[in-house]
Amino acid sequence: MTRLAVPKTYKLYIGGKFPRSESGRTYEVASKDGAFLANAALASRKDARDAVVAARAAVKGWAGTTAYNRGQVLYRIAEVLEGRRAQFADELVRTEGLPAVTAEAAVDLAIDRWVWYAGWADKYAQVLGNGNPVAGPYFNISVPEPTGVVAIVAPQAGPAHSLVGLISAVAPALVSGNTVVVVASQAAPLSAISLGEVLATSDVPGGVVNVLTGSPAEIAPWLASHADVNALDLVGAGALDWVQLQMDAAETLKRVLIPEDGADPAAPSLDRIAAFTETKTVWHTKGLL
Amino acid sequence: MSFLDYAPAPESRAIVRLRPSYGLFLDGEFVDGHGTPFPTISPATEEHLAEVATADEHDVDLAVAAARRAYDEVWSKLSGSDRGKYLFRIARLVQERARELAVAESLNNGKPIKESRDLDIPLVAAWFFYYAGWADKLDYAGLGANPKALGVAGQIIPWNFPLLMLAWKIAPALAAGNTVVLKPAETTPLTALLFAEILQQADLPPGVVNIVTGAGATGQALVRHPGVDKIAFTGSTAVGREIARATAGTGKKLTLELGGKAANIVFDDAPIDQAIEGVVNGIFFNQGHVCCAGSRLLVQENVHDDVVERLKHRLSTLRLGDPLDKNTDIGAINSQEQLDRIRELTAAGEQEGATPWSPPCELPANGFWYAPTIFTGVQASSRIAREEIFGPVLSILTFRTPQEAIAKANNTPYGLSAGIWSDKGSRILAVADGLKAGVVWSNTFNRFDPASPFGGYKESGYGREGGKQGLSAYLAPSGGAQ
Repeated sequence: MTRLAVPKTYKLYIGGKFPRSESGRTYEVASKDGAFLANAALASRKDARDAVVAARAAVKGWAGTTAYNRGQVLYRIAEVLEGRRAQFADELVRTEGLPAVTAEAAVDLAIDRWVWYAGWADKYAQVLGNGNPVAGPYFNISVPEPTGVVAIVAPQAGPAHSLVGLISAVAPALVSGNTVVVVASQAAPLSAISLGEVLATSDVPGGVVNVLTGSPAEIAPWLASHADVNALDLVGAGALDWVQLQMDAAETLKRVLIPEDGADPAAPSLDRIAAFTETKTVWHTKGLL
Repeated sequence: MSFLDYAPAPESRAIVRLRPSYGLFLDGEFVDGHGTPFPTISPATEEHLAEVATADEHDVDLAVAAARRAYDEVWSKLSGSDRGKYLFRIARLVQERARELAVAESLNNGKPIKESRDLDIPLVAAWFFYYAGWADKLDYAGLGANPKALGVAGQIIPWNFPLLMLAWKIAPALAAGNTVVLKPAETTPLTALLFAEILQQADLPPGVVNIVTGAGATGQALVRHPGVDKIAFTGSTAVGREIARATAGTGKKLTLELGGKAANIVFDDAPIDQAIEGVVNGIFFNQGHVCCAGSRLLVQENVHDDVVERLKHRLSTLRLGDPLDKNTDIGAINSQEQLDRIRELTAAGEQEGATPWSPPCELPANGFWYAPTIFTGVQASSRIAREEIFGPVLSILTFRTPQEAIAKANNTPYGLSAGIWSDKGSRILAVADGLKAGVVWSNTFNRFDPASPFGGYKESGYGREGGKQGLSAYLAPSGGAQ
């Protein structure tokens, strides 16, 4: 006799909690061959705005942690991911129809990427910043700081995009102390919500990462035009009217990364950390001895 | 005659020989434009200085084509060290013709000669000298080995520091290996056109730098031209927004240096006399036509009255008048349009309950002038506390705690610069950490250096000018998207 399974309810992840969409809407998530997997939340404009409010509230604390501490928290995420390796592989098999071996390799890749980025937290400022030899009696230093709230349209296609692509886009934004609102893969949102569970149990303060599931075409315009979003990563928005999104973002002069359609969107790079930082240059007078 | 009445000491204009009319600088030559030429004047006297060509779409097209040809056939094939040598030549020629350029700048812009002579033009030379040395060291710019130039850069600059903004744009672009089409501001084209003569003297290959004069339509044609790979703009946030929209989806790289509403924060332990000098320099330097101007004075409540009194005393000693007079502290407002904007905003400030004060100050009969003005009793919600005035107008607000100072300083969509005045190092560093501003000056203000990155947070734009950050704005990694 086989045991009757207990399926999970997949909800949103906003401000450290797992609410349903305030709209009450859901949509069916199906496997590659069409079998029903779950009713995921179909996030609304209000959910997106709630997510931005939570992300904004979390900026001060997250950006204010020491780089060493932020690195440890990010590393902790990798540890917890590792413990749930089987679950993430299983979700990739069910949602994207990957062979088990491929799914496991993808989970390993995602975890290793997270570790790579965790190690950057207390180094990127040394590599991107510098002291400046100005022509006068001044101490002058340039340091990169987090931009603030980053809205991300996660990759929507390609093998293991729903986990590897998601993590590749989210992790670099977090390294410097930004907070994130991410719109998950529409077709395969399960990994994103499970990632929320990992974050909720990894010492990451609530609101630092907020996960919305549903229709990127519906939600992304609200995020692109939201005045309290500082930057917009359109890595997975290639199938949307992303030029319009970039134009919407111009209204408040958001920093924008445009869609990538290669085999490995948001491939690891220091540039992705730098893209969501602001260089602050501080001058200080030197007095006479 | 009081001790403040000085005999006039005007700098001679004889060193500048302006032509009656100037064409566009295309492919190494001055040529006629196809648009209607426009007069350029001295804002201090409204005297006609010269007739300047307008580049229409067709001219912009020719300029971009010349820049592309120069990029493909000459500039991209030169070694970095040869590019650098051209830039060193330009730096030296600017130094040699510094007085001429300073006089021309003050004539056309209205800024005091002591500023154009001692700040603008020396910094122009410094900017070319600094980036000249980068041209053969691009591997160290932070983009990995063999970074690539972007191609043709379209650059649009404002009227407040005409030649300095040109240097900020052209020097890093050429060092990185790009060619340039630059549009100077409509009201201040002259030094850019004198600079074109310097390029001829430097024997810079034709087409590497092209200068197209004109108004907004010329700038729009440049921004929208499909042959341009990179746009760099300094100017208002409103125009910056338009450019960001116009370049969306085109793949053009974009850097924007836009408006500001900087807080200059004075704590009660600050060396007050130094702080007063810094506050005056922060807002009355260049008639307040400075995007990073310290236009909001945040003063700790317990020293407010003392600071305001000393500020009034100091303002009473400022001399306003002939920009070419070596004793002049405050020159002319750059244009009637800008003067109207200052008047509109200060009228709004008064209506909203703030109290203006200006020293007794006789304004010349001709030209565009505005007396240095401070507003006390300014509410954080007032337009003069929120909007960029871009004139010699200071809004004074108070705070009690460092936390309140930071919160008020950051309470703006802008984030270009800020100032902190305190004798306590730990407080300065903590407040600097909390400020959302791209440049923070502590116990000084309005310092600029080619080695020091400059640019804003939030709606003050994106990208940095100066330093290696300013260089990388004109480069893509090897094998990058370009």
